[in-house]
Amino acid sequence: MKLIKHLATATLALGVATGAMAAGHGEKTKVGFVYVGPVGDGGWTYEHNQGRLAVEEHFGDQVETVFVESVPEGPDSERVMTQMALEGADLIFTTSFGYMDPTINVASKFPDVKFEHATGYKTADNVSVYSARFYEGRAVQGLIAGSMTKSNIIGYIGSYPIPEVIRGINSAYIQAKKVNPDVEFKIVWAYTWFDPAKEADAAKVLIEQGADVILQHTDSTAPQAAAQEAGNVYTFGQASDMIEYAPMPRVSSIIDNWSPYYIARTQAVIDGTWETANTWDGIGAGMVGIGEITDAVPADVKEAALALKDAIASGDVHPFTGPLNKQDGSAWLAEGETADDGTLAGLNFYVEGITGEIPQ
Amino acid sequence: MFKIEKRPIPSAKWNWGAPIVAVLLTMVFGGALFAVLGVNPFLALEKIFYEPLLGEYAFYYRPQLLVKAAPLILIAIGLSLGFRAGIWNIGAEGQYIIGALCGAGLALALYPMELFILLPLMVIAGAIGGALWGLIPAFLKVRFGTNEILVSLMLVYVAEQLLASMALGLMKNPEGMGFPGSRNLQQYPSAHNAEIISGTGMHWGVVAALIAVIFAYIVLSRHMFGFSLRMSGMAPRAAKFAGVNPTRMVLICMGISGALAGMAGLFEIAGPAGQVSIDFNVGYGFTAIIVAFLGRLNPVGILLAGILMALTYIGGEITQSQMGLPLAAIQVFQGMLLFFLLAMDLLTNYRFRPTAKEAA
Repeated sequence: MKLIKHLATATLALGVATGAMAAGHGEKTKVGFVYVGPVGDGGWTYEHNQGRLAVEEHFGDQVETVFVESVPEGPDSERVMTQMALEGADLIFTTSFGYMDPTINVASKFPDVKFEHATGYKTADNVSVYSARFYEGRAVQGLIAGSMTKSNIIGYIGSYPIPEVIRGINSAYIQAKKVNPDVEFKIVWAYTWFDPAKEADAAKVLIEQGADVILQHTDSTAPQAAAQEAGNVYTFGQASDMIEYAPMPRVSSIIDNWSPYYIARTQAVIDGTWETANTWDGIGAGMVGIGEITDAVPADVKEAALALKDAIASGDVHPFTGPLNKQDGSAWLAEGETADDGTLAGLNFYVEGITGEIPQ
Repeated sequence: MFKIEKRPIPSAKWNWGAPIVAVLLTMVFGGALFAVLGVNPFLALEKIFYEPLLGEYAFYYRPQLLVKAAPLILIAIGLSLGFRAGIWNIGAEGQYIIGALCGAGLALALYPMELFILLPLMVIAGAIGGALWGLIPAFLKVRFGTNEILVSLMLVYVAEQLLASMALGLMKNPEGMGFPGSRNLQQYPSAHNAEIISGTGMHWGVVAALIAVIFAYIVLSRHMFGFSLRMSGMAPRAAKFAGVNPTRMVLICMGISGALAGMAGLFEIAGPAGQVSIDFNVGYGFTAIIVAFLGRLNPVGILLAGILMALTYIGGEITQSQMGLPLAAIQVFQGMLLFFLLAMDLLTNYRFRPTAKEAA
């Protein structure tokens, strides 16, 4: 038994060593991507894959990229990452929150491989985390949504009640309320990131309940299709531009733009300057893009939305600026005070005015 | 011409020949599919079937095969008992989830107490949880005559909602900064279902799967209960006359398959997966149905089928990352396996006979 154990450890160590050697001496830098959805989802994974393609285009023959799509979070992702590391990947992007612990586990076994985990919070000597301030884009959406609604009911398709999604709801609500004090948010939780059937159902329910603007934090275009069918409902592209539904129902979008980050990090690995980082960039740095605002939006609203976008990009406006109360009426931010990143990262409450409870 | 004629008794030769022919046909047609997609079919098949077993990094993949196959085998063994008796438990996925939640819940409630019998207690809790979840459709069937196929399937969705609720609420990691997901049981030594010998993939779930195979084999071939099972499936009326109590049969079969699925869930959550998360379940409960039939509802067959299925998963990932084959192609490949098996089953139960020429 003991012999087997030693043998097993030895082979594993050998594997790690050969993996590391491949990393050191291979002519090409190998970059791996682990995707949670299919590359054709038209949303989250699609944009990460665009980032991968941008890396290929930018570096040409210098870099080789590999990817595996629709990898379940948990042990399967751990295996896929290990496989990439064994086969000589120098840098691996793991692009879903649920890959957090697996990334840390695999990273500890391959100290010479660099890992980049999207939307998580655990770092290590060879693990960086990165995410985008999508809530900045949500603020712009909220302004347009609040101005466009006639029924004063805005539908919101949430994926999972996690800080990331709750931030978006709050940010959109704050701006919508500013331009339209009568606005009301109806929130449906789909408990999925990508499920066209469920997302379409959620959109239909919201439309039936009188919503004439729908915001979504899920990745498929199914809500856009449902809105198009209903006729007079406005939507926003999520993660990806979803331009095929413009000018109506899609009036604008939040676009995740990972390309500059992926290129910069790959360059850092090639140069040997890669260091652990905790990146959280927004509109200003170009990680969050606002898709074209179509002519379905009145000119003055468009102008106001673009002004807000520029103000957020330059840092003049923070979407979470006091006075703001929590949902229960207790004070959160005083006049002029802005939320700190720590609170935002773990945000688990609604601001005052949003009805309904965050499911637990 | 030929006519198809029912065999008086199923052909023993074809009973075992069918899966082999099905695998070969899958290779031929799957290979053709890969070729159409512009990938060298021989290389792709080599990556799927050879690479994980004997390739360069087989030292890593072989243990992973066990990790991937163990839950499939454990669940399929339980299902096969009921399937033999004509009791259709389609909801193993739900029992898997509930078993995991019960066992993990126990551990999280006792955290951080170090208790050497904690893992065995968790296994028992998992088995009880899974069994109770499986007994709900069983009870409804014997008491009210409901259809166990439908009820057990529906309970999967109930279990998924419960899982999401636990990951977001009761079992959420208090140190997780508001993010969903429980503490990681891998970092809780008493609760961790670790590898028994490091680097071999051998965790207690693998041991349990092997014990279940042996146990099921003995019960089915040597024990009165196995005989009653087979008779209930083949000749329900005869079984009744022989004193088999159908009510008891339903309860026992659903209870056992639920318990085994629950244990599989517990081993997974306390070991490879580590934490209660929203997307903890990845479909083992459904894939196990394929495994059970691929293995001819025979314990040894299930053992082999489970490993074969695991091979297509792991090999499939290798072809994705090394050859850029899309996931959908791999899934079609897996689907072909069941499709051809069912088609070949025709030969087990029927035979072709040349029709006698009719007199003019």
